Order: sequence, then structure tokens, then C-alpha cells
Amino acid sequence: MEQTVNYSADGATAYNFAYLDEQTKRMIRRALLKAVAIPAYQVPFAGREMPMPYGWGTGGVQVTAAVIGPNDTLKVIDQGADDTTNAVSIRQFFAKTANVATTEKTTEASIIQTRHRIPEKELREDQVLVYQVPIPEPLRFLEPRETETRKMHALEEYGLMHVKLYEDIARHGHIATTYAYPVMVDDRYVMDPSPTPKFDNPKMNDMAALQLFGAGREKRIYALPPYTKVKSLDFEDHPFEVQTWKDECGMCGAHDSYLDEVILDDQGNRMFVCSDTDYCTERQEAGHRGPQHHDQPLGNAAREKAAE
Amino acid sequence: MTQISNPLLRVDNLTMMYGDRVGCKDVSFELRPGEVLGIVGESGSGKSTLLRSISAQQEPTKGTVQYNTRIDGVCDVYQMSEAQRRLLMRTDWAFVHQNPRDGLRMNVSAGANIGERLMAIGDRHYGNIRSNADAWLGKVEIASERIDDLPSTFSGGMQQRLQIARNLVTSPRLVFMDEPTGGLDVSVQARLLDLLRGLVHDLNLAVIIVTHDLAVARLLSHRLMVMQQGKVIEHGLTDQVLDDPQHPYTQLLVSSILQN
Repeated sequence: MEQTVNYSADGATAYNFAYLDEQTKRMIRRALLKAVAIPAYQVPFAGREMPMPYGWGTGGVQVTAAVIGPNDTLKVIDQGADDTTNAVSIRQFFAKTANVATTEKTTEASIIQTRHRIPEKELREDQVLVYQVPIPEPLRFLEPRETETRKMHALEEYGLMHVKLYEDIARHGHIATTYAYPVMVDDRYVMDPSPTPKFDNPKMNDMAALQLFGAGREKRIYALPPYTKVKSLDFEDHPFEVQTWKDECGMCGAHDSYLDEVILDDQGNRMFVCSDTDYCTERQEAGHRGPQHHDQPLGNAAREKAAE
Repeated sequence: MTQISNPLLRVDNLTMMYGDRVGCKDVSFELRPGEVLGIVGESGSGKSTLLRSISAQQEPTKGTVQYNTRIDGVCDVYQMSEAQRRLLMRTDWAFVHQNPRDGLRMNVSAGANIGERLMAIGDRHYGNIRSNADAWLGKVEIASERIDDLPSTFSGGMQQRLQIARNLVTSPRLVFMDEPTGGLDVSVQARLLDLLRGLVHDLNLAVIIVTHDLAVARLLSHRLMVMQQGKVIEHGLTDQVLDDPQHPYTQLLVSSILQN
């Protein structure tokens, strides 16, 4: 990825390109290179203060700033949606400080920064997926000591991870962890895939795109190089399963995407829609329709008319 | 013991110094499979220091600790790689703490507590882990229906028994116990000791038990080591040491028990 050093965005000459100074970006890139060399190993980096609060994606923003170039096209999603506050503000941030093109289309983006989702559309080799990570340490739930968890990673002592899954089955009868579902990477490191729903775990396996993870508050970077083996942990008699829905997407009728439940009123009415807005919009443009789409006979408009 | 077997553990001239202060000094002994060694002495006499040094938790200033491992034969515990040592500590060894809260994971259920060691050595079948945990609850006299309860809802004696089950589930050969009955009332102590004695016998465990309670030592241990100011001052068969103490300090210790 070519990069113009000391390029300053139009109208924002006080900032270096993509906000961070070049030395900081080099430092982050070094951490990224190490992270790519050792898949899922958490590399410490000197995280900077960003002009947004922790928890809003400061880690992801720093990683994006370190890899973005003027010819890149950026897409930012938050829970799959391009139009939520977090996504909009980060997209605007880079539009302003790096003057890069932005898009909502998965296929057009060269860098996709995400919070909690992986786009439904399969990613390509020329794309980079940047995750915002709140808690990089998968073992923290049971072992709060950082010195101890690092040792456990070093010695591959991962029995504790299964204790968590055991607890799930004992309490709920099945593995009730639905997000931040731990994975084994390249048969070596256990990784927290950030709070993505476990629905997305299989997509991480053997993905063509480079996946980078940035945790701003905890100052850790980790990565999955393209085509890395990612296996979700499970028990022999309780194998890993992804979520399924009885309903289809109310707008586009998709059965294969991750659905969000939307409460419509206080009468118990609800609908399910694709969490990936780009995927849903594209399907609607291609003529797919779900039962609650406004131009459907069963859509809201028609129902109201029928009620009159 | 019907036949003399090779020592399981061999400690040579173990010395632990805290700066100029002596933790324990020139301790040597051997322990054979199935043998129970009691270490008694007053508070501050170096019992716990000795136990920590033997159990690979604190490297001694001088001396060696050799253990007869299942796979590689006799190994110096402190010359092993850390990975090997930690594997040893969670499979072939067990450590029962005085306070069960130090040895249990208080935020996961009793079943998970027992299952942890099994999962640590690669057991990945939920059903097997659970039935194993259930069986062990039975062995330590905890009702099956408590398997999904948190240890914090257990009484002190139950927590201690749970800790024992959690430690013994991988069939260790050597168990370290640091005041296992401390902080329990007398009736619970008696029950726990009874249970321990049964398990030690049935599983042919070698045990090193640190206690300041001579009654506990008499009930459980075959051999006794008496410590004072970091040194072993008397060492012999339990009955021999307690019935015919030679060293003045041991005589004092034995005579200070209330007689009735």
C-alpha cells in the first residue's frame, strides 16, 4: 500500500495525514508486522490518545490510521450498519484528516473498520478488515492476572477457556456464549475475536482479507494473516454452532444473514432485519423483498390501509 | 508397604534464605509412594517455606528437589522447563491450601472446579468431564445436586472437601497439604481427616502435610519431621517421635498437648 509521507489533508494543515504523526504510525506498523508474523499473539503498542473516548474504537482508528493511504477507500461499520453514530463519526474523521474516499459498499472498500460485525459479503485479498477491540484477553474472565494469562499463552495452557464453556453448558444446557466466542488460531494461540457475534466466527477462518485487531485502552494489537486457520473452541459432545433465526429479514427476505430484532411497538410486534445494512440495501435494489418492506402487500403501509 | 520402592521425591540439603534470615536450612529426606510425611513445628519454624520450596513454588537458595516423574524418570524439579514443571504441578502433583479460597475458583461452579484439571490436560468431552466431577463429589461426600452451585455457597468444610476433589481428579501421586484442617471446627476436622485418611489409603497417595496440630499429624502421617528455627530437629516414625520425643523442643511440644 503506497503512502505519501507528510501529505496533509486539504483544509486541515495542522494535522498530519490521517491524524497520527509519522513516527507513531511507524511504531504501530512495527507492531502490526509482528502481529501478522505471529497470528493472534497480542503485541503491545504505545497507544495514543485519540480525539474520541476509549470504547469508541480508538484502537481500530489507530490501526486504520497506520495502514491507510491516500488512494484507499474506507468503509466503517458499527454492528454491521454504516449509518450509526460510531461509524459515521469515524468515517468523517478519516474523510477530514486523510481526505480519503469513503464508501458504504463492501465491494468498493479497500479498508473496512468494523465494530462487532464482519460484512456478509465475502472479502477479497486486496481488502483489510480492522476490528475495534474492547478486551483483547480471552482468558480474563477466569484469570484476572495479566502476568499469569501471558504465561498461559506462552505455555499453551488453555484448559481454562473450556472451563468457561463448561460453565455455559452447566447453566444453560448449551454453550450460551454468543459473542466474543473464543477461537484457536493456527493451532497455537487462543484469541478473542472481539465482540463479534459467533455467527461471524466461521468467516474468520481462511479469510482472503488481512484482519487486524486494535485495542486502544489496553494498547494491544493482534492480527490474522490471510488464509489463517481459525477454529472455534467447543466440546466433542457440544460442537460449535452459529445462531439461526426462524424469521427472514423483514426488508430483503434474506435467510443467510445475521438478523437484528427490532421492537416495533409495545404490543409485542417485532421484526428482524439484516444487521449488515449494505448487504440488505443491495438485495433490495436487486428486487428482493421481505414481508415488512413498505411496497409489499404485507408491508406496514398495506396493513394500515387494510385496517382502515 | 510390602516392598521397598524407589523414592518418589528426594530432597537434598534444601536451604532457603531470606537475605540473612533463615527460612529453612539443610533439610534432606526421601518420600516413597504411598507414604505420608508430617511436618510439625511452631509458627515461623519454616514449615511453609519448606513446603513451598519442595512444591516448586519458590526456588531454594541451595539444595535440590528431585522427583521421579512418570515419563522421564528422576528429574530435578528446578532444572525442568517451566512448561514441564507447571504440567507436573497440575497433573501428578496436587496442592491443598489451608484456605480453600486460595485453591478454588470461587466464580465457577463446583463441577467446573473439579473439571478444570481434566480440561487442562485435554479432556474435551463435556459428558465425561461432568460424570467424572459427579463421581468425585460423591467421593468427598458432597451431594450430586450441588454440582452446579458456586463454591461460595458451600460451608467451610465442604469447600475444603471440594478443593481436595479438584486436586485429586487427575490421580496425582504426590499431594502437598498446608494445614488442611485449619479454620474448621473440631467435628468437621474429624470428618475431613477421616476422609483424607481413606483417600490416601485407597489411592496410595504420597502426602507431605504441614500442620501445627499434633493430633492431625498422629492421625494421618507415617513419619514425622519436627522443625524449629528452620532446622529439622527430629525425624522418625510418627508414634516413635510422639511417644518418645528425644529433642527438648519436641518434648515441650508433646507435653503441651492437653492430656485427659
